[in-house]
Amino acid sequence: MSALAYATRVAPAPVLGAVLALALGLLPAGAAMGKSLDDPYFGEALYYAYQEHYFEALERLDTEIAQHYGVDEPQLDSLYAYIDHAEFSVGDFELHYRMHHRAGRAIRAVLEGDVEEPVRNEAAFRLARIHFQKDQPHDALQALDQIEGEVPETIQDDVAYLRANILLAIGRPADAIEILRGLQGSESLQGFAAYNLGIALLQAGEGEDAVRQLDRAGRVSASDPATLAIRDKSNLVLGTLLLEASAFEPAHHSLDRVRLAGPFSNQALLRAGWADLSAERFERALVPWSLLAEREATDPAVQEALLALPFAYSKLNVHGRAAVLYERAVQSFGNELGKVDASIASIRKGDFLAALVREEIRQDKDWVIRLRALPDAPETFYLTTLMASHDFQTALQNYLDLEDLRKKLTTWNRSFDSFDDIIRLRRRYYEPVLPEIDSQFRKLDAQIRLRLEQRKYLDQRLQHMLIAPRPDYLATTDEQDAAARLQALETSLAGADSSDSADSSDSADSADREALRLRIRRLRGVLHFGLETQYHERLTRAHEHLRELNADVDVLNARYEAFVRTRQAAVHSYVGYEIPINGLRARVRDALERLSVLMARQGHMLETVAIAQLSERRKSLEDYQNQARFAFADSYDRAAKAQAQVEIQAPAAAATR
Amino acid sequence: MTNRSGTSHSHVLRHAAPTHHSRSQCARFRRLLLPGIFLLALLASVGSIASTSFAADPSKDQMRSLDEQVQEIKSDVLGIAAELGRLEEKLLYPSNTQVSVFVSIAEGETLRLDSVRIQLDGELVAHHIYSFKELEALQKGGVQRIFTGNVATGEHQVEVSVAGKTESGGDFSGSESFAFTKEVEPKLVGVTLTGQGFGNASIQVGSW
Repeated sequence: MSALAYATRVAPAPVLGAVLALALGLLPAGAAMGKSLDDPYFGEALYYAYQEHYFEALERLDTEIAQHYGVDEPQLDSLYAYIDHAEFSVGDFELHYRMHHRAGRAIRAVLEGDVEEPVRNEAAFRLARIHFQKDQPHDALQALDQIEGEVPETIQDDVAYLRANILLAIGRPADAIEILRGLQGSESLQGFAAYNLGIALLQAGEGEDAVRQLDRAGRVSASDPATLAIRDKSNLVLGTLLLEASAFEPAHHSLDRVRLAGPFSNQALLRAGWADLSAERFERALVPWSLLAEREATDPAVQEALLALPFAYSKLNVHGRAAVLYERAVQSFGNELGKVDASIASIRKGDFLAALVREEIRQDKDWVIRLRALPDAPETFYLTTLMASHDFQTALQNYLDLEDLRKKLTTWNRSFDSFDDIIRLRRRYYEPVLPEIDSQFRKLDAQIRLRLEQRKYLDQRLQHMLIAPRPDYLATTDEQDAAARLQALETSLAGADSSDSADSSDSADSADREALRLRIRRLRGVLHFGLETQYHERLTRAHEHLRELNADVDVLNARYEAFVRTRQAAVHSYVGYEIPINGLRARVRDALERLSVLMARQGHMLETVAIAQLSERRKSLEDYQNQARFAFADSYDRAAKAQAQVEIQAPAAAATR
Repeated sequence: MTNRSGTSHSHVLRHAAPTHHSRSQCARFRRLLLPGIFLLALLASVGSIASTSFAADPSKDQMRSLDEQVQEIKSDVLGIAAELGRLEEKLLYPSNTQVSVFVSIAEGETLRLDSVRIQLDGELVAHHIYSFKELEALQKGGVQRIFTGNVATGEHQVEVSVAGKTESGGDFSGSESFAFTKEVEPKLVGVTLTGQGFGNASIQVGSW
């Protein structure tokens, strides 16, 4: 049995209220985390979750978390600060997407991980909530019992509220009462805790206290729709309690507090009428029932009012009016029977499932109501009534989820052909040009490597000169030329000397050569002086030039790397996709096949449930119609008799006069 | 369909309809009209009514089995979606050219965002008009990825134009530019809207 159905059996509204209130209240919020998100991808997942697009939210957050755990240094990742929240959010999204199994696994993983006490306690709470929703209250309680130590302040009330509801579900109202009394001041649970306490007292057999508590719950000041609805419900239950106890006037007061436009309005009007009738205030009963009889005729309360209203008239001995209204009821039930028959026939034709997945309708938050108003769609007339069943709701939600998945898979299946096209076009473009580009690149690459080697050699030389100075290495080109020329002159003079010694030439030539040698030495000295005295300055300049060269080399390297990356990217843009695309294509097709089988089964189940419920409704309507027919005949007879009596009495009275 | 109290409107109507007649003159009507379902029925017997209603319905086991199969296929499709997402990103938006623009509203801001236009190097690349749900998601702390595309490495300029209403109800519109350098890793640009006091709003654009 589902949690909702289970909750309904034990204590209809309060436990259901708990489930949904918790589910609504615990969606992760940026605000709840106390600061803006630094991780845009987690924020993106939340953006989808807040719009109730849980598939997209899960898809993004799963990927983000997987990437977070895949990086070498997770502490540097932007998700690091939010990883606990992200893990919880995955569980929440899965829960909202009705994936209880995965949600449970995700939260158990947090529980079993090395986490701080508040985080562990929050995980235990969330696991308990999942168990409770899965109709496993004992497991839920066990999970809550794991909570010890510090509990995050934001969930303290929710933990207590959940515990109280679990205790109610397992038949321990006395324990629940104790907890719920402590929650009466909770702002976030306003109305819900009050109502639940009333129901717990009722379950514990403390009727008087229950009445007082429900009265308090029926008077809470509220403005939000959820609290207004639970306040209405408190008043409705209280009114029914008092009606049962034959306290008709107080019952009427409670029922009067139910809003006329709220979801419990029809029931309140119906019971208010019964309270009046039971107190034999027949005229007063006409007011709520007349109002109710004009409302949507597919509603069972309205149908009951169609019979109750003429009954009240008959109690007032207005049999003529009663007969007219009974006749109207017969007609109305006949119309409704026609609608039910049309609905059943239409569902059997398969139109029901087609109507449910109409996209333009589902854009509207009141789509169920809009469906009912669709012309020429008899399959949807009684949809709101069908939605009352939790089984139907679950089956319907599953069906709609499957339909969404089918659309996604179909779109993806088509996109594979586009991917193939992209890859084919890229291959066609790159493959002819890449060999020529590679050839040019290899030439450039050789030149670049040579220059880089030269630069490296210069760098090493300069580094060495810091230890072993070599001024000659820093000579300018002119200086090098001059040194070479001086060296050549010296060599030439040495050659002349050796030939003179052989020829024994005159001493005048010898003196000239000596003078030249002197000049050469002086000049060499000038060169040497310059190199020695400017050595440090020149070395510094050489280093500066090398640094300038470094900047150019960096630019060169960057371009080189950019080219290599671009070259790789060009290849990666069309190589290596075949296997993953084909794998995905096969998975998508397989999923589509399984999905279509599942959709057929789920759809069949929906149709079966719908037809079964409509058949029951048909039976009730037939009963109503028969009752109305009998009552119509009875009222008609009485009206005719009364009329006849008037006609008999009138001449007699005239004769007497 | 279902309210926060957990009980759908029609649910109560179906299961808790009382036909209350305590007096003898109502007895005939009571017999004729309906079997009475009073408060205890409201509180305790709804489940049994529900279960009898489904006597001809598929069994709970069947429903549970189907539900589990639905969960399983959801899980499979999510796996496909994740892998497909990675493939798409690699194929269409490789990291060396990828640029994404994210939009968020500063915490606690209640300004109403109507539209955002994004121009990249003078070219309109995104124009989004916000629905109520999207706006609400942003106000709660969600972050919208408004654009993902490709640009070459180097210098670029993004221009963001925003239109909306401030908390006081006044119109606001404005533009902001941001120059950025695209390098080898994916570039994330963030657009944050803040209300600087009553009646004002500002756009902050920068690297995320």
